[in-house]
Amino acid sequence: MKNLIQSIGRPFSSFILMLGETSMLLGKIILSIPYILKRPQLIIKELFFSGVLSIVIIAVSGWFVGMVLGLQGYNTLQRFGSVSVLGSLVALSLIRELGPVLSAILFASRAGSGITAEIGLMKATEQLDAMNVMSVDPIKRIIAPKFIGGVISVPILTMLFNTCGILGGKFVGVNLLGLDSGIFWSQMQDSVNFHADIVNSIIKALIFGIFVSLISVYQGLSSKPTAEGVSSSTTKTVVHSALAVLALDFILTAFMF
Amino acid sequence: MKRLAIDFWVGIFILLGLVCTIFLSLKVANITNFGADDKNTYTLYADFGNIGSLKVNAPIKVSGFVVGRVSDIGLNPKTYQAKVTMIINKNYHFSTDASADILTTGLLGEQYIGLQNGGDIDDLANGDTITLTSSAMVLEQLIGKFMTNMSSK
Repeated sequence: MKNLIQSIGRPFSSFILMLGETSMLLGKIILSIPYILKRPQLIIKELFFSGVLSIVIIAVSGWFVGMVLGLQGYNTLQRFGSVSVLGSLVALSLIRELGPVLSAILFASRAGSGITAEIGLMKATEQLDAMNVMSVDPIKRIIAPKFIGGVISVPILTMLFNTCGILGGKFVGVNLLGLDSGIFWSQMQDSVNFHADIVNSIIKALIFGIFVSLISVYQGLSSKPTAEGVSSSTTKTVVHSALAVLALDFILTAFMF
Repeated sequence: MKRLAIDFWVGIFILLGLVCTIFLSLKVANITNFGADDKNTYTLYADFGNIGSLKVNAPIKVSGFVVGRVSDIGLNPKTYQAKVTMIINKNYHFSTDASADILTTGLLGEQYIGLQNGGDIDDLANGDTITLTSSAMVLEQLIGKFMTNMSSK
């Protein structure tokens, strides 16, 4: 009986412990921002690895998601004789939901897993300890630039995803299925609001960026210093990020729209 | 990779983000039309007996041309009529006997406010209320009237 209750309590207490460690890590990262601002080159390098190298996957996925939305929307709307609202359908679903969510999940699997693996391997090969010995704080030198690079990258990638998606939807709707391009754009402009939709999309992306980057660096730091530990941490990064993004998206949507 | 090459690509990345945001703001959200810019707009009110399914941000049209947007919908506590706040482009002025109707695009489309200018010399100023209004067409009431007319014949 005692063991049963313990086995219920252990996951809960380890979850609370994880939350605590993550918030401590976030605090340390925020405290090291002044140090980072003196060395912007560290962030630029991370922006290159997590942002620039993700451009292609984000642009291509956005384009295809937009095309699928255009095609499915067209087929369904045609039944009700209202294909003219295809533009608003594609734009609203991309800007409000699909853009931030899919960009964050793609970012987690493309860049977040890389961040975790790199930090985990540095830990396994005792590079982080070596830095400590040389009195270089690994949080300031390695963790914080990676975190901030991710936080900056995700909103930019989301905007890219939205734009490519809308262009993909336009390609299917206007160029392939023969919708009038004037109606397509004007319906979209009628229903998309800058403050309510685009600014909220950026805010969503920023929050997702913070969570995904934090999960990535935390998993890297807390991975077991073995090959198996690094691999399981990398998996955890993607799984936890996807779950956190989807759950947060529901909460944010409930507040925003 | 050389430091300069990394700087170059990161610069392109940031610029790409800016271009996409500008594209979304201008081409998709059409921010140039009546944003939150108070300088180019003025406010008018109108009380309606029934607004149907009129929504905030619905267009206000004159002869089909959009001159403003609905910014707020509330209830007038004295008359129990719906009070609609409209933000109108400053370039367009309406006489004090202008009328506001709630109209529908197509048979079941979205609802908008149609303004009709009157013949009075004085113009409505910022904060004035349009008194000549006609309510939204409610399909159930129309069908109800039609049915009672049919049965009385």
